[in-house]
Amino acid sequence: MLFTSYGFIGSVLILFLLYYVIPKRLRPALLLVFSLIIYGMADARYLIYIGITVVTVWYAALIIDKNNKAVKDYIKKHKAEMSATERKAYKKLKGRKSLLFFLAGLVLNLGILAVVKYSGFVLSGIGHMLSSGTDGVLNIPDMLIPLGISFYTFQSVGYLTDVYRENIDAEKSLPRYALFITFFPQLVQGPISRYEDLAPTLLAPHSADFSVIFRGLQRILWGYFKKLVIADRLLMGVTTLIGDTSLYRGGYVPVMMLLYTLELYADFTGGIDITIGIAETLGISIKENFIRPYLSTSLADYWRRWHISMCSWFRDYVFYPVSTSNASIRLSKWARKHISDSAGGKLPVYLSSFIVWFCTGIWHGASVNFIVWGLLNFLVLTISEELSPLYERFHKRFSFAGSFPYRVFMILRTFLLVCVLNLFDCFADVRDTLGLIVSAFNFGSYSSMEKGALLNIGLSVSDYVIAAVALTAVLIVSIIEERYDTSIRDIIRKRPYAVRFILWTCLFLATLIFGVYGIGYDSSQFIYNRF
Amino acid sequence: MRKKLETRQLITALLSAVAVIALIYLAQRLLIPKYVDDIVEGGMVSEYYDEKDKSFDVIFIGDCEVYENFSPVTLWENYGINSYIRGSAEQYIFQSYYMLEDTLRYSRPKVVVFNIQSLQFDESRSEAYNRMTIDGMKWSGAKLGCIKASMTDEEHLIEYIFPILRFHSRWNELTSADVEYMFRHKKVTHNGYYMRVDALPAGDMPPVKPLGDYSFGDRAWEYLDKIRTCCEDNNIELLLIKAPSLYPYWYPQWDEQVKEYADMYGLKYINFLDEKDAIGIDYNTDTYDGGLHMNLSGAVKCADYIGPILRNEYEVPDRRDDEALASIWADKIRVYNEDIDYQKEQYGIE
Amino acid sequence: MEELMEILTSLHPDVDFDKEEHLIDDKILDSMDIVRLVTELTDKFDIKIKAKDIIPENFNSAKAIGALIDRINEE
Repeated sequence: MLFTSYGFIGSVLILFLLYYVIPKRLRPALLLVFSLIIYGMADARYLIYIGITVVTVWYAALIIDKNNKAVKDYIKKHKAEMSATERKAYKKLKGRKSLLFFLAGLVLNLGILAVVKYSGFVLSGIGHMLSSGTDGVLNIPDMLIPLGISFYTFQSVGYLTDVYRENIDAEKSLPRYALFITFFPQLVQGPISRYEDLAPTLLAPHSADFSVIFRGLQRILWGYFKKLVIADRLLMGVTTLIGDTSLYRGGYVPVMMLLYTLELYADFTGGIDITIGIAETLGISIKENFIRPYLSTSLADYWRRWHISMCSWFRDYVFYPVSTSNASIRLSKWARKHISDSAGGKLPVYLSSFIVWFCTGIWHGASVNFIVWGLLNFLVLTISEELSPLYERFHKRFSFAGSFPYRVFMILRTFLLVCVLNLFDCFADVRDTLGLIVSAFNFGSYSSMEKGALLNIGLSVSDYVIAAVALTAVLIVSIIEERYDTSIRDIIRKRPYAVRFILWTCLFLATLIFGVYGIGYDSSQFIYNRF
Repeated sequence: MRKKLETRQLITALLSAVAVIALIYLAQRLLIPKYVDDIVEGGMVSEYYDEKDKSFDVIFIGDCEVYENFSPVTLWENYGINSYIRGSAEQYIFQSYYMLEDTLRYSRPKVVVFNIQSLQFDESRSEAYNRMTIDGMKWSGAKLGCIKASMTDEEHLIEYIFPILRFHSRWNELTSADVEYMFRHKKVTHNGYYMRVDALPAGDMPPVKPLGDYSFGDRAWEYLDKIRTCCEDNNIELLLIKAPSLYPYWYPQWDEQVKEYADMYGLKYINFLDEKDAIGIDYNTDTYDGGLHMNLSGAVKCADYIGPILRNEYEVPDRRDDEALASIWADKIRVYNEDIDYQKEQYGIE
Repeated sequence: MEELMEILTSLHPDVDFDKEEHLIDDKILDSMDIVRLVTELTDKFDIKIKAKDIIPENFNSAKAIGALIDRINEE
């Protein structure tokens, strides 16, 4: 169910009231039931998919945990009698059961994700190869893709891995574990939470704390403001521009990139604001997923601030295992010997980065353009890593490198880079994207854009003005938060009541009036044609 | 000390809530369409509630074919009939039913005149027309029923409860009229009658398209039954009419079905199109839009035709002796005549 | 321990690893540093550091890293 639908808002309101009138110990149960209802209302068949994932991972983790603990206990008991090698051998032998269940859980759940999300992509690829470019040779099955499957599968796999690694204890209760996976605010678009972060706050008994509830409401409001006033407004222009690339080229391309990048930001971070805000009103804290990403000074910095839960998932469950694997270590040793010491240090890093970015690309969507997008990120990151000694020398040499204008320059440069990279999200055919980027450099074509061309893409002057004002508000808030490294809500909270009241009320009214939602008013519809 | 603090907090919270609600209310009043300038049809329904004395003996329900074709002033002046037209733009039959239910909350008329042209529509065709009929209604079970019966797929009940959700994006079309009429209403009708004094002779009508199926929909019939039983239950006489509009075309096959229905339940059905000679309608002078609707001259003639029928066949009383009522009507007639003079000047008519 | 300090200093000459207690939490070491550190440690100490060991608690300070090495050696 969409965050912006009346149904969702109404349901959450009812949940909220129920949540605080029932006894504390029943609250997790209410959350679970509510989450399943909300998810099932989108399509009841989704419940089968998520049900399989929840039950299998929960069960596998339980077996793994039990087995690991049994092994540990045995070794502890018989420490005196066993030699180090004996211990290792015993561990390896008995650890096989854990490994088996771990792999079974991985294969099954990543397998479901792969089949549901990527079979069409793979089959059409095979179709292309067989028929050298024409469609329709293979009948591509129309697969039901459960909402949020990428998110909940990753969250499940992360949990299973943490249990296998003995970093956390398995959750014994199935309903409690099910709530961890299905918790409704984060089910569809993340963040991908860690069990150790979310479970303690999710399952703890919460009492109604008005200051926390209000803090959550403020966060929700801010999210709706970003989503309704900015994202959904810009979306009208983005849809038009992306819809016809034969018409919207040249001078339109910078506009397209800018609008899309801003829309994506407002939509995604606004959605996460609503997610975290809803959780907060229920007394649950979810880890931040964004730290003012568009104020990053480099692409590497950006990826530490954008979609953090996904990035750290890839880091912990793909990057580290690959880069510290035996093969990687051997590669590193070989490079140290045959190339250079620094190559030995870097090669495993770059190799694993490559794999991570390939996976990140394909995780975003089952098509080539996302892979290209991922690898371009990899390329830029690798190049800037290689050039970093050069940068450092440059920064040392010139005093302005640490100055405020230079920082602004770096932020703008990074933003521009992100704009260009994001364009690869928009079109399935990479050639289209490249063609558009090339066309943007044909400055001669700019003059052929008629006057007022940007008012014909579904955005009026007032739309631009509102979006600009709203984005300026977001920018100011971001700068303040960056400066004081704290939430704007905590800064506002220290102000007098009247100031707080006016600020939040204005934000509410602005969202209510200037948000893009509902049928939309067009007075010509109301002219009665008198028939 | 603690108690004092809590009381203060409670008061602050309450005051804040009141302030927010008041602001939303003001914004809503400002943003909802006022229907005073170009599009007046949205303002008709609410006018009824301003009537001081709602004890009307005759109530008309229906779409533009009732609110533009009969002059209640003529009915009063010539026959002493106290009537009101509860019409609205493209009022669908289910809306007419709820309009009747709504009217019965205030008084019980002797006769209900229903124009049957809306039988051809089984459900709402336009969200905007829904709003123009429903938004003016006062909250009651009738309004809720009307909303539920009318909503198109894109609509939500909550947008009727809080119209600001529907009209919030009107902020860039606001005019001075939106401020002027934030809390009051400009009268646009005379007892529900929308008056026009200009004339546009009827010319050639678009060719008549044959239909595949002439039978009215089940839902339309269901609501006609509801209107009929509602009248029966309340001891109200139901008179079915078809106004003398040349367009949209009224098919004989449709007419037959209405006649059959009227016969079956012993109702009177008058097709004004058949009676146009008896009424004396001249489509060169009595219509303002080329035969779609009557102008004042036509509306007076139609009133003069239906007046005697109401008086003689339905025994609607002549209430000109009622002094209180007569004084209300005297005021109305004055406004009515002023409007006539004003419009004549506007349209440059002698 | 000295060898460890040497490796750390070669990664970030400007950081005082004796004092820093939040190498991960304060983002002094990023994921690339961690991997380089791990490969070097593997090389120099002949130990196997697994992905499961790469958690902030084990890498937040030089002391914690030292303790991790000791623990792996012990196993």
